[in-house]
Amino acid sequence: MAHLSPFQLSIFSTVSFLLCTNFVCCNNGRRVGDALDTEFGGFSVPLEHSFEVDDVAKFRVRGALVLKAGREPSVSLSQNQLSEEDRTKLKEVAAVDGLYRIRVPRVFLQTDRQTERQMEGHLTAFVRACAMVESHLSDVISLHTDVSGYLIGVSIVTIPGACRGTEVEDEVDLEVFNSTLSIVAPVNAPGPETALFLERMEQEMEKKGKNPQEQKSFFAKYWYLILGGAIFLMATSSAQPPAGGDREQS
Amino acid sequence: MAKLILLCIKFVLLCSIADAVFEDQVGKFDWRQQYVGKVRFAHFDMHVQSSKKVILATEKNVFASLNSRTGDLYWRHVDKTGPEGNIDALLLHGQDAVLVAGNGRVLRSWEVNIGGLNWEIVLDSGSFQSACFVGQQDSVKYVAVLKKTAISLHYLSNGHQKWLENLPESETVQYQAVYSGGNGEVYTLGVVPHSHIAVVVYSVEDGEITKQISVEAPWLSNIPTSCAVVGQGMLTCVDPATVSLYTLDLEEQSQMTQIPLQSLGLEVSPGFQPVLVSTQPNPARPPLSEFFLQLGPDHHLLLQLNNGQIVTLRDFKPALLVSFATTGEKTVAAVMAPKNKTVKNYPLSLFVFCLSTIVDCFLPQACSLNLFSAESGRRLLDTTLIFNMDPNGGKPEKLYVQAFLKKDDSVGYRVMVQTEDHTLTFIQQPGRVMWTREEALSDVVTMEMVDLPLTGTQAELEGEFGKKADGLLSMVLKRLSSQLILLQAWMAHLWKLFYDARKPRSQVKNDVTIENLSRDEFNLQKMMVMVTASGKLFGIDSKTGTILWRHYLDNIPSNAAFKLMVQRTTAHFPHPPQCTLLIKDKDTGLATLHVFNPIFGRKSHITPPALPQPILQSLMLPLIDQDYAKVLLLVDDQYKVSAFPSTKNVLQQLQEMAGSIFFYLVDSNQGRLSGYRLRTDLSTELIWEVIIPTEVQRIVTVKGKRPNEHVHSQGRVMGDRSVLYKYLNPNLLAVVTESTDLHQERSFVGILLIDGVTGRIIHEAVQRKARGPVHLVHSENWVVYEYWSTKSRRNEFSVLELYEGMELYNSTVFSSLDRPHPPQVLQQSYIFPSSISTLEATLTEKGITSRHLLVGLPSGAILSLPKMFLDPRRPEIVSEQSREENLIPYAPEMPIRTEWFINYNQTVSRVRGIYTAPSGLESTCLVVAYGLDIYQTRVYPSKQFDVLKDDYDYMLISSVLFALFFATMISKRLAEVKLLNRAWR
Repeated sequence: MAHLSPFQLSIFSTVSFLLCTNFVCCNNGRRVGDALDTEFGGFSVPLEHSFEVDDVAKFRVRGALVLKAGREPSVSLSQNQLSEEDRTKLKEVAAVDGLYRIRVPRVFLQTDRQTERQMEGHLTAFVRACAMVESHLSDVISLHTDVSGYLIGVSIVTIPGACRGTEVEDEVDLEVFNSTLSIVAPVNAPGPETALFLERMEQEMEKKGKNPQEQKSFFAKYWYLILGGAIFLMATSSAQPPAGGDREQS
Repeated sequence: MAKLILLCIKFVLLCSIADAVFEDQVGKFDWRQQYVGKVRFAHFDMHVQSSKKVILATEKNVFASLNSRTGDLYWRHVDKTGPEGNIDALLLHGQDAVLVAGNGRVLRSWEVNIGGLNWEIVLDSGSFQSACFVGQQDSVKYVAVLKKTAISLHYLSNGHQKWLENLPESETVQYQAVYSGGNGEVYTLGVVPHSHIAVVVYSVEDGEITKQISVEAPWLSNIPTSCAVVGQGMLTCVDPATVSLYTLDLEEQSQMTQIPLQSLGLEVSPGFQPVLVSTQPNPARPPLSEFFLQLGPDHHLLLQLNNGQIVTLRDFKPALLVSFATTGEKTVAAVMAPKNKTVKNYPLSLFVFCLSTIVDCFLPQACSLNLFSAESGRRLLDTTLIFNMDPNGGKPEKLYVQAFLKKDDSVGYRVMVQTEDHTLTFIQQPGRVMWTREEALSDVVTMEMVDLPLTGTQAELEGEFGKKADGLLSMVLKRLSSQLILLQAWMAHLWKLFYDARKPRSQVKNDVTIENLSRDEFNLQKMMVMVTASGKLFGIDSKTGTILWRHYLDNIPSNAAFKLMVQRTTAHFPHPPQCTLLIKDKDTGLATLHVFNPIFGRKSHITPPALPQPILQSLMLPLIDQDYAKVLLLVDDQYKVSAFPSTKNVLQQLQEMAGSIFFYLVDSNQGRLSGYRLRTDLSTELIWEVIIPTEVQRIVTVKGKRPNEHVHSQGRVMGDRSVLYKYLNPNLLAVVTESTDLHQERSFVGILLIDGVTGRIIHEAVQRKARGPVHLVHSENWVVYEYWSTKSRRNEFSVLELYEGMELYNSTVFSSLDRPHPPQVLQQSYIFPSSISTLEATLTEKGITSRHLLVGLPSGAILSLPKMFLDPRRPEIVSEQSREENLIPYAPEMPIRTEWFINYNQTVSRVRGIYTAPSGLESTCLVVAYGLDIYQTRVYPSKQFDVLKDDYDYMLISSVLFALFFATMISKRLAEVKLLNRAWR
C-alpha cells in the first residue's frame, strides 16, 4: 500500500559538496498531537493543510513533523488518514481547480532550547488539488533550511504532477498519504579549482620532460606529412600524360 | 596526433572568438558621447580675450573644460565618486584653476589650457568651509582655505603652505566665510547663531591676528546665505524678519548699522529669504560697491552702497535671473526677464509653425536678456538677447555671462543658461543658440530600445488596409490618394537626388530628423528611450546618437525609482507605439504613470489611472487589449490589482486568465518572498511564502529572466550524440543574499533559485568566505554571478547551469505546476583578474547565436566574454567526448584579452549599466553602455555569419558565374555537334 518510490537526486558537480538529504516515508495511521517532544532530542511541529472550494485558506492539522536537530537534521512525518468528508471535499476542490496548500511553522533547527525553536509566522506552499487527487496523494515535501539551520521554505510536488482529468474511482486511493520527506540544506558552491589545475599542469610538464617523442628528430616526427606530400606530388606528375593522349579520340 | 588535433581545435576556437575592430571600422557602427553632469561651478576663461574655454566643476565630481563655440570637451578629469571626490570650490585666476575636493581633503591647481595638474597638496583634516584668493598690490599670490577650526594660506605658484593658524574659539563660533580685499589682510567671518558675528583678521605676511572683533547680531544664523561683502570691506547682511539691511565696516566699525528696507521703499515677497549678490572682479581689489538684492522669486534690485547710504540704481521686476560679468575695467549686470506672452512678439515663421504642425502647441515662453551698466544701472544699447525656452525643458536656474569688449569699446556678451533639467544652453546675440548640452544624460537610470516605424509612405499603405472599409467609392478614392502620395514621395526623392548631385559630395548631409526616421532593412537603427534621474526623457537615434526628442517631467521626487515599459511596439499601425514610465517615490511608495509615444516623445492622450495607493509591484502581461497594447498590472499595498489599460475587453480577458496569473513580492526588510495568485475579482490570494531570516542574511537582488529572450535549442548535444536537455523555466528567479556577518571568515553569499509561481526552492547554494557586491546575469538555463572572495582577496565568477537530464519531462509546454523532478545543477567558478562595474548578456532575435557576457570594467572598458568560457561542463581532464563537444579544458583563471574590448579606446567612464537589444539580423546584438558617458555599438558574438563582408568581391563571383554559364552553353553546343558527327560516321 505504502510504497517508497526511489527518489533519485543526482547532481553533477565538479567538487563534492555537502548535501543533507534524508528520506523518510511514514504512514502509520495513528493520531498525533501538536508539538510533542519525542525522544532522541527531536521535536515535532504540526504540518497543516487546507483545501477549500472557495479557496479561502482554513488550515487543519495533517500530521506531525518530527524534526531532529543537529549537524545533520532529519525529519519524519506521522500523519492521519483523510476522512470520508475530506476525501469528497478534496475531489470537489479538484473539480473546480482549487489549490491544496500546506504550511509549517518557522523553526530553528540548530538549537536545543525549545523557546528559541519556534518563530513567528508560517511557510506555505501549494499544489493543484487535482494533481493531489490524480497522484493518489503521493507527494514529495522538501523542507529547505539556510546555512544556520533556519527553516526558510517548504515545497510540495506530486508525482506524477500533471492534471489529466482522469477520474479517481476508488475512494481507497485517497485515504492515506504516500509522502516522501526531506530536509535540504544549502550546498557549498565550489570556488575556483586551482590546486587540481596546478597538479595537472605539473603532471603534464613532467610527462613532457619524460616523453621520448619530444626528442625525436624532425623526420621522425613529421614523416607522415613528408610521405603524404611526396605521394601527392607523384600523383599529380603521373596524371599529366593522359592529357596528351586526348587527341586520339576526336 | 591527438595533440595536433587539440592544437587545431584551440586555434579554431581562438580564431572564432577573436573579434576586434579594424582601423577603418572605428566609429562606423559605434559612437560615444561624453558628459560631465550637473554643473556646480562654471567660469569663463578670461585671461586671453579670444579664449574659448568654459571651466566647469560638476556634481558628478568632474572637472572639465568646454569649447564655448561648439560645446565640445577640451579635456575632462573624472574624480572618485561620492563625497571623497566631491568638488567643494573652484576658483579661477588667469591660467590657474584652484580646486578644493573631498570636503577639504586636497587642494589642486590645474593649468586650464591643456588640463594639466600644476600641483596638488593634501590638506589637514577638518571640514571645509570656504576658500578665496588673496592678493596684494594688484597681484594674486595666495589661496586661503578656511576649515572648521583652522585657516591656511597657500602659495598659488606651488601650493606650499605659507602659514596655518588655528581659529580662536572654534568650539562656539562657526566660521563660514573668508574674505580678502587686497590690503594685506585676510578676514575670517564666523557666527554664533542668534548671538553675534566674530571677525578675525589675519596678516597675510605671517598669519598673526591683527584684529579680533565681535559684533552683536542676534538675528543672524548663516553668513553665506544672508551676507555679502560689498565695496570697501562692508559686510552687508539682510534679515527677513525685520525686513532690513545691516551693514558693518569690517575695518573700522564694531556695530552694525540697520537700514530698514521700508526706508528705501522696498518690500519682500512673503516667505522669501532675500539674497545678496555682490561681485569682486579682481581678488586683489575690494568688491564693487554695487550689488544685487533679490526680494522675490522674480524681483531683483541693483543697489549701490555709498558712504553707508544705500541707493537704488534700478528695480528689475520681473527678473528671473541676474548675474555680474566683468571685462577689462567694465562690469555689467545681465538680467533675464520673461518676455511678454503676446503672439506679436514672436517671429511670424515660428507662429505659423506652431499653428500648422503641432496642434497642442502652447507658445514657448521666451526670456529676454539685457545688459545694464553696473555703475549707473543704465541699460546698454543693442544688448538684447532672446532666449527661447524649450517647452519640453525646465526653467532657467543659473546664468553664466561671458562679457567681452567689442572693437568700438562697447560690451558684447554671450550667456550660458543652466536649466532645471541640467541642460546647458550657450547663446549669442541676438538669440542664436550656439550649442546645448544635455547633462541629464550623465545619469541615465533606465532605457529601452524601440523599433522605428515604417516610412511615411509605407505606413500610408498599411493604413489603407488597416482602416475599416466603407463603400466602394471611398475605397477607390483612398487607393488613388495613397498612390498619389507615393508618386509625390517618389518625385520628391528624384528631385532630392538631382539637387544633391549638383552639390559637392562633402556638403550632402544626411541629418537624421524626426521626419525622415524609418526602419532600415535589418532593423539595426532603433530609437533609444532613455530615462534620466533628473526626470528628463530622451529619444536618441541609435545609429548616430542624435537626440531626436526630449521631454522634461517636472515635479519628479528626488528619490524616485523608474520603470520603463513598452506597452505597444511599432508593429501595430495605425496605433502609435506606446511606452509607460512608472515613477515611484521610494519613501512613500506612491507612484504616477507617464504614457508617451517613444518615437516622438509626445505625451499620449490616454489618461493614465490615478494611483492613490502605494504600489508594490508592476508586471506586464502578454495579454493585449483590442488596441494591441499589452496590459500592465499594478499591485498596491492592499494587494489589490489594477490594470492599465482597463477597458472592458481587458477586464474580461483578465477574468478568464486570472487563475493562471501569478506574481511575487519581495520584502527585503523582512526577508520575505511571497507568491500571489490573481482572483477573478482582481483581488489576490497568498499562495506561497519563503522567509529568509534577516538576522543571518539579507536579500540583495532578485532577478528573473528577460521576457523577450528566445532560446533556440532545447538541449546540448553531448560527445556521445545524446542530448542533455536544458531546464528552461521562464518563471525562475535568482535570489542573491549576503550575510549580515561581515567577518571575512564567516561572510557568505547565498544563491537561491526559486520558482516564481510555486515558490519551490529549486536550488540553494552558499558561496563561503565571499562578499558582495554581487553582479548577476540570469538567462536561458544559466546564472552567472560575480563576487569578492574574502579568503583569496580576488574577484571570482561562478556559473550555475540547470539541466533536466537526458529526457525531457514534457517537451511541448513548460508549466511550473507540473515539473515534479528537480533539475540537475552544475556549478563551476573562475578567477577574474579585475573587479567589475556591471554585467549583462547579449541578446539576439532568435537565440541561435552563441551568447557573450558583456562586462563593464571600472577602467571604462567593456569586455565581451564568451559564455563558452563560463561553462560548468568544462572538463578538468580532457577526454575524447569533451573534445567532440568543443569544451574548453578547465582553467581556473579567466583571461581578459584586449581584443575582447568592444569599445577599443573609447572608454566609458563610470559605466553603470549595459543594455542589450536584438536587431533584425540574427548575428547582431545592439549594445548601449551608460554611465557618465554613453556608448553604443554592435556586437557579433558568432561573427557576422549572415552578412556578406563589406569588401565582398561581387565582380569576381558574378564573372565566375557568367563564365560558367557560358562555358556550359558552349560545351553543350559542342557536345551536340560531336554527337551529330558521330551519328554521321
